[in-house]
Formats: sequence, structure tokens, C-alpha cells
Amino acid sequence: MSEFNWETVCSVTDISKNTGVCALHHGEQVAIFRVGPDEQLFALQNYDPFGQANVLSRGIVGDVDGLLTISSPLYKQHFSLESGKCLEDESVILQTYMVRQQDGLVQLKV
Amino acid sequence: MSKTTNVQTTNTSNKPLKLIVVGNGMVGHKFIENVVNHPDHEHYQVITFSEEPRLAYDRVQLSAYFSGKTADDLMLTSEDYYDQHGVKYIIKDKVSNIDRAAKTITTESGRVESYDKLILATGSFPFVPPIPGGDAEHCLVYRTIEDLENITASAKESKVGVVIGGGLLGLECAKALHSLNLDSHVVEFAPRLMAVQLDEGGGALLRTKIEELGVHVHTEKNTQSITAGETCRYRMNFADGSHIETDMIVFSAGIRPQDELARQFDIQIGERGGIVIDDNCLTSDKDIYAIGECALWDGKIFGLVAPGYTMAKAAVSHITGGSDQFTGADMSTKLKLMGVDVASIGDAHARTEGAQTYTYINDAEGIYKRLIVSADKSTLLGAVLVGDTDAYGTLLPMMLEKMQLPDAPEVLILPQVEGGGESAFGVNALPDSAQICSCHDVSKGDLIEAIHAGATELAELKSCTKAGSGCGGCSAMVGQVLNAELEKMGVEVNNNLCEHFEYSRQELFDIIRTKEIKTFDELLAQHGSGLGCITCKPAVGSMLATYWNEYVLEDDHIQLQDTNDIFLGNMQKDGTYSVVPRIAAGEISAQGLIDLGNIGVKYDLYTKITGGQRIDFFGAQLHELPLIWEELVQAGFETGHAYGKSLRTVKSCVGSTWCRYGMLDSVSMAVNLEMRYKGLRSPHKLKMGVSGCTRECAEAQSKDFGIIATDKGWNLYVCGNGGMKPRHADLFASDLSDEELIKYIDRIVMFYCRTADRLQRTSVWMDNMEGGLEYLKSVVIEDKLNLCADLEANMQRVIDTYECEWKKTLDNPERLKRFAHFINSDATDDRLAYEADRGQNKARIAQPSVRAAKAKGQEIPALEV
Repeated sequence: MSEFNWETVCSVTDISKNTGVCALHHGEQVAIFRVGPDEQLFALQNYDPFGQANVLSRGIVGDVDGLLTISSPLYKQHFSLESGKCLEDESVILQTYMVRQQDGLVQLKV
Repeated sequence: MSKTTNVQTTNTSNKPLKLIVVGNGMVGHKFIENVVNHPDHEHYQVITFSEEPRLAYDRVQLSAYFSGKTADDLMLTSEDYYDQHGVKYIIKDKVSNIDRAAKTITTESGRVESYDKLILATGSFPFVPPIPGGDAEHCLVYRTIEDLENITASAKESKVGVVIGGGLLGLECAKALHSLNLDSHVVEFAPRLMAVQLDEGGGALLRTKIEELGVHVHTEKNTQSITAGETCRYRMNFADGSHIETDMIVFSAGIRPQDELARQFDIQIGERGGIVIDDNCLTSDKDIYAIGECALWDGKIFGLVAPGYTMAKAAVSHITGGSDQFTGADMSTKLKLMGVDVASIGDAHARTEGAQTYTYINDAEGIYKRLIVSADKSTLLGAVLVGDTDAYGTLLPMMLEKMQLPDAPEVLILPQVEGGGESAFGVNALPDSAQICSCHDVSKGDLIEAIHAGATELAELKSCTKAGSGCGGCSAMVGQVLNAELEKMGVEVNNNLCEHFEYSRQELFDIIRTKEIKTFDELLAQHGSGLGCITCKPAVGSMLATYWNEYVLEDDHIQLQDTNDIFLGNMQKDGTYSVVPRIAAGEISAQGLIDLGNIGVKYDLYTKITGGQRIDFFGAQLHELPLIWEELVQAGFETGHAYGKSLRTVKSCVGSTWCRYGMLDSVSMAVNLEMRYKGLRSPHKLKMGVSGCTRECAEAQSKDFGIIATDKGWNLYVCGNGGMKPRHADLFASDLSDEELIKYIDRIVMFYCRTADRLQRTSVWMDNMEGGLEYLKSVVIEDKLNLCADLEANMQRVIDTYECEWKKTLDNPERLKRFAHFINSDATDDRLAYEADRGQNKARIAQPSVRAAKAKGQEIPALEV
């Protein structure tokens, strides 16, 4: 995987621990979360299909039965941070994005 | 007792059976309620007559009228309720004639109605002894709301007041005179107060306590005449040659059954009055029933409401073909008289042959308890309790059910020594038939049935069985039955906050306090597991804020904040926010309104006035929030905390500054309260209201804290709620000074913050509290838990460390970075769309059905604008 496939979005410290931010990525809104003591990064679509608004980056990060989740700030549905799957309605799966940390920077795959 | 053959009178014809209820007091109304709630209610038509100018009200709570309750507060029913259930009511018209042959009645105004069954619920009237001079203008009685109005009017022209009669009602009345600022006296014929219910020791202690409160007590005084006085309006001359002077007199020397109507039309009457009834409450006429205080059963009149209710139930049962009967009633009582707890059970005077007694006297704390047991010490016959009536709930069923006493019966009244283990005589020892709530006749078995049917929360159990909703005295017992039964059912009462913490909210609060924990991560590492969730994170964030009051957007706290707290605004359906600046007490200058208006115009915000007397702007985008708040802060506004689980508004009426009727300055008090408690994080939102007089324009009694001004100070109401499940607030204390009022609110608010469940409003908190209002009073007024100093110190810390969260946020450029839709672009959310409605913007969002259909998610659907 060569470097030019990744695009820097912000620095890691721009995201408070266990919260998210929204990035504009080639016309799409992507929610990026910095999670847990080992500071894993996750990226999902920012659009909440239930509330029909671009708000997921502003939800609460947590875990449900060991599964890392983000919950919608509007109607509180939980989505798996890894797979994008909705815990309340398995037919709903959010788009996920490849994200990584490089030299203190947050990068999304183009 | 006259026995009538039990005629089953079930109505099977199509024409409804016409029931006329004469008298719309508590018992008359209970009868109607029982008919209305009967499965066959459509077979019956009810008409009720009252000579009083209003429908049934709560006479038991009559003295509350003097501490600020209005006639409306005391109402037990309403015209709407009667209309809705097809009950005809005629007030201010007295039934004066019965034609038993034609089965009709006639009223004083000449109205004639026929009946199939006639129910006499005419109650009683106060006995006024035939004393010369006793009919003077300021000689009054104490029974109806009109009597209370007369007493209030007379008190305004008087300095000294005397109550003749030292029984239960007499002492209630003395308390009322005392609260009307009269120099109050009680004159009793017997050698002690409450001579029927109390023995010598109990009566003496009660007397001491009442005298300590400033009411003079005169016993063994037989009033012979009332003549003109020298220093006061009247002089009361006693048989022993002594006298006292007074400006007004209230007779409370017992009641007499109101049996005039029955007497006049030859229905059988007892020798000393009272309409004779059988176990079905039937009189000597097989179509006429008598219930309540006018009825005489087995030679006895029952002057309490609970037996009256049982009679109402028996009469309805007989008419509808049921089997409930009236077979006498226990006259045990427990009450609080002028702040003194008093209870009397069964044979309080040890009149049973061979009865043995045990007495516990604690002069230091003013407690007197006496047990009366059978000669062989096997069963309880009676008890007298003054100063501490906690044992009443255990003793009453022991007496009624003739339960086997422990080997040393005295343990039942000895104080529980710390570490002495739990008393073996808790609710588990009671049989199912034991009556727990005497007001609504609810047995332990009834409660258990309801618990098994799913009422596993105290508030729910109380509302479905009605237990504890009368005088409230049994509320703690109801809680004990619930807990014991849940334990038996093997239901583990799991009040863990969530999967991450095996503690209740209250336990976590204690951990934070005692271990001085300041962050969520610290608490999670030491006492929890995992990462946290939408339940525990905001809850812990709220508790940390209540205790430490640190800035909610501190690095350590950001992740905890709920949707609304995290950007200090209320997120709306489209992801934009509403903005609500504080307008304390709803007081705003014209210039302030202009400034708000300019900001609203500049940012094109939808504008609405809230229910809490402030202004709400809608449609602010994330990046606009700091810009808008910058201007608001410039104009002198601060955050309104509309986004927080915290104090919202203190609603007020204009009060004495402008209103012709205002007793006190309600606006100033409301501003003070709002500025005092603003920003405090609590288990749920808090609302308050301050009204300048009893007209209650601020609707304070529907708030968590309601304050109403009277001519003697502030009355404090607590735990009210509007919203989804309305609850009238309870009167907590009366005639408070500004300082007392604030001291009590400080303590209650903080106690609520520490002990309530997550997202539990004060109304539900109160309904679930074992011991209810009385318990809260004992914690807050008497400091039973020795906690008040700590609660006040906690509150003071919160007040001292208040900062406007928006002002602090604006001062920090790092924090402001978060208020952008994108971390890597200045663009804004292009999905927002609005349409005009009545001249303003409103958010465009699809209907819920469309929303569900589209909730598939892989693709971001374009909005059809």
C-alpha cells in the first residue's frame, strides 16, 4: 500500500479521547472516532439513516457486551464501530472507511 | 342491631335502578365512586344532593386549609367527573321530605325526585353543649369549609381564641388558631387530652408537647356560662369558680349523627341518636340505606372515615348483589397533631380483665409507649404511642389478627439498639389478611396479588392498589411488603446502573463522594469495567458535576456529555441546535428583547417563546453557535442550561411589585432562586415556580419546587410535575422566611441529587420514597440522618464555583475548534433544508414512515427539496 493512497485529515490530538469528529472526504461526510486506552481509530459514514441527519460524529462512544459502539445522538441506536452494523436493526449497516494513524496524523484511505 | 333478611336486589330489568344519595360528603362520594366503578354501573342511575355549596371534599385534611391549601385542593371529585359518569348532582339544596310509600323525596326548593333505593349519607353535626351565652357571634364550630372561613374571619378581629374540646378535632382546631396567630387555649372537660384514645401517661406527654408549642391547655374545666369579658370580648366561667377571657370560641366537643330526616319519617333511630342499620347498611326501611357518621351499627357510631368507606362498599355490594358486609371497624388511629406523633390501638385503657401492661418512657426525647396484653401475655390487646409511632404498623395487625406475642413482649416497644439485629416482627410475620392501608382497606394479600401481577415498583404498587394514597401513614409498610415479597419471589432487585457498573446511582454517588473521585476513567478503572455507554457516561458526568462542579467540557469530561451538553445546545431533528439564553424568572428589559431580536434576525433563526417564560432560537448550525453566543454574552446574557439535566427556569408571576393581590415579591424570589441553582447538574431537569399569592398564576404546584406567598411568608410545595404524568406538588412547609425557604430547598435539591435514580424526576423520586413526604420532612427539617450540614456545604460549593459555560468556552480558542461541522474544511452541512411557515423557517425532515423505509443506510439518500 503506497503512501499516496492515504490522505491526512487532521492530527490525532484534534480528536478528544473517546469522541469523534466529522471530516469532508471527497464529497462525503465521514465520522472518525478515537477510542479506548490504546487509541484505536474508526471511521464510518456521518449520516444517521434513522434520524436522517449528518450527526453520528457527535454521538457517545462506548461498548455493549464487549462490542465497541457509537450511539446516535438523535434516537440512540447503536452501531458497531468496526463493522458499521446497527445493533437494534441488523439490516442497517453503515458504510465504513479505512483509517490509520501515521506520525500523529489521522489519515483516510482515498 | 336490627337484622333484615338479606334481599338480593340485583337489577335485571332494562330500566336503570335509580339511586338517590342524600349528602355528598366523603362517604356519600365513596358510595358513588363504588357504583361508577362497578362492572354493572350502566344498570344504575345516581342522583346526589348536598346542602353544602360544593361537591365532596377531604374533611380529614381540613386543617390544611389554614396552611395554604385552598378549597379546590381539598376537592375529592369534580363536576366533570360526575358529568362524565352520568351522575346527577344538586348542590345547595337540602332534602327535607321523604315519602316512603311513594318512594320520592322533596327538597327545600320544592324539587321532587323518585327513587328505587335511597342512601342516607347525611354525616354528623358538631355537638354544641347548651351553655348560656354559647350562641354569641364569635362562638363557632369546626366541620365545613364555610366554618373555616368563619373562623378565619373571626380570628382577624381577635387576639385570643379558645377551643372547647381536647379531642382529635379540637387539637387540630387549636393548631389552626395558633397558626392564625391567636393566643390559643384548649379547654377540656376530662382530666386529659384525647381522653378516648390515650391513657394518663400518653395524655400527659401530649399535653407537655403541645404546651411547649405555646398552646395553653386547661383540663377538668366544665364551662357553665359565657358572659361579656373585661380584657377580651368574652369571659368563660367554669364550674370550679375559675375563668378565662377570650375573643372567640370554637366548639369541638364531639359529633352527633345527622339523623333528623330519618327521625322525621319514622325510620328506626337509636336511643341516643343514629340511624339503625344492619350488616348490609339497610335501615328499618328495606329500600333505604344509611352509611357513614349518621349510621348506628351495633349501638355504635363510627366517627372515622375508614369505617364509613367500608359501609359505602357494603351498601353498594348489597344493592348490586355482592356479598361484602359491614361487620364493625377497628377504631385504632395514628396521626400527627401539631407535629406530635400520636397513636392509639385497641384497648388503650387496659379495660380487659386481667390485662397486663408494659410501659417505656423516655423523658429526654419525649417518648411514651405502652403495650396492653392479655392476662396470659399471649396476645396484644392495645397500645398507646406518643412521640414515636413507628411501631404502629407492626402492632396494629398483631392486635387485629390476635397473633402470638414473643416471649418478651416489651421488645416490641423498646428502642432498636444499633447492631442489635433486625426485629423478627417485620412484615413477614404478618398474615395475608392483615390490613396495611386502613384508608383504602388494602390488605397485605391485596398488595402481594398486585406485586405478582407486575406492580414491582413502589410508585406503581401505590397507584394500582391505592395503598398509601390516603393519609400516607402506611407508605413505609407498603415498601417493606414490596421488598419482602420481591425477595421471596427470588427477584433479584437489580438496580445496577448498567453493564459497566454493578452499583446503583446512589451507591456510585457515595463512592465518588467518599473516595473523592474526580473523573469517569478513574471511577471506571476502580469500580467498573469496559468503556462505558450512553447510560453510565452521562449519569456519571452529572454526578461528578453535582459534586465537584467542574467545567463540563474539561478534557476528562467531554466524552461523558450527552448529545446536548457536548455542544451546549439542544440538538434538533436535523442536527442543528436551539439556543436558549437565561431569562431569570421571565424578567427581561425591552432593550434585552431588542438585542435578542437583532441576533435572531442576523442568524435567521426560528424564534419561539417557551413554556418556561424564555425565548428559544432554533436552527443554529454548529459553527454558528460560538458566533451567536459571542453576541449574546456581549449583550449581557448567559447560558440558560436548556440542554442540561439541571435547573431550567423559575417561573414567576409579577407579584407584589405590580399586582393588586400580590402578598410578596415573587419575581425577586424567583430571580434569587434561579441565580442560586443555575447550572447545578441533577438526576433530571428541575423546574421551579414562585407565585405571589394563592391565585397561583405561576402554576407553582406543577413544578418540582413550588413556592407560594401568603400573608405570613412562603409556602413550599415539592415534587410536582406537569408533563406526561402530572402530579400535584405536596405541601412541605408553611409560613417560611426567605432564609428558611432557601435552606430547605438547598437540602432537598441536594438530597435528591444524591439519592434519586438516573433520569428520575422529583415526582417519581417522591412516589418511590419509603416513608414518603413525612420521611423527607424528617430528613430535611429534623435532620434525622445528620446530613443537612453536608448537603448545605455541597450546595454552597456548587454555588461558589458557578461559571457560565458559554462564556468560558468562548474564552478558549482550543475549545472553539470543536464547533465546526468539518475538522478539515470550512464548508457547512449541505444537507440542511428549510421551508417557510407563518413567516419563519422550519426544518424539513421526512415523515416517520418515510424515515423508516429509508433506514437502510448503505447509501446517503438525497433529500427531495
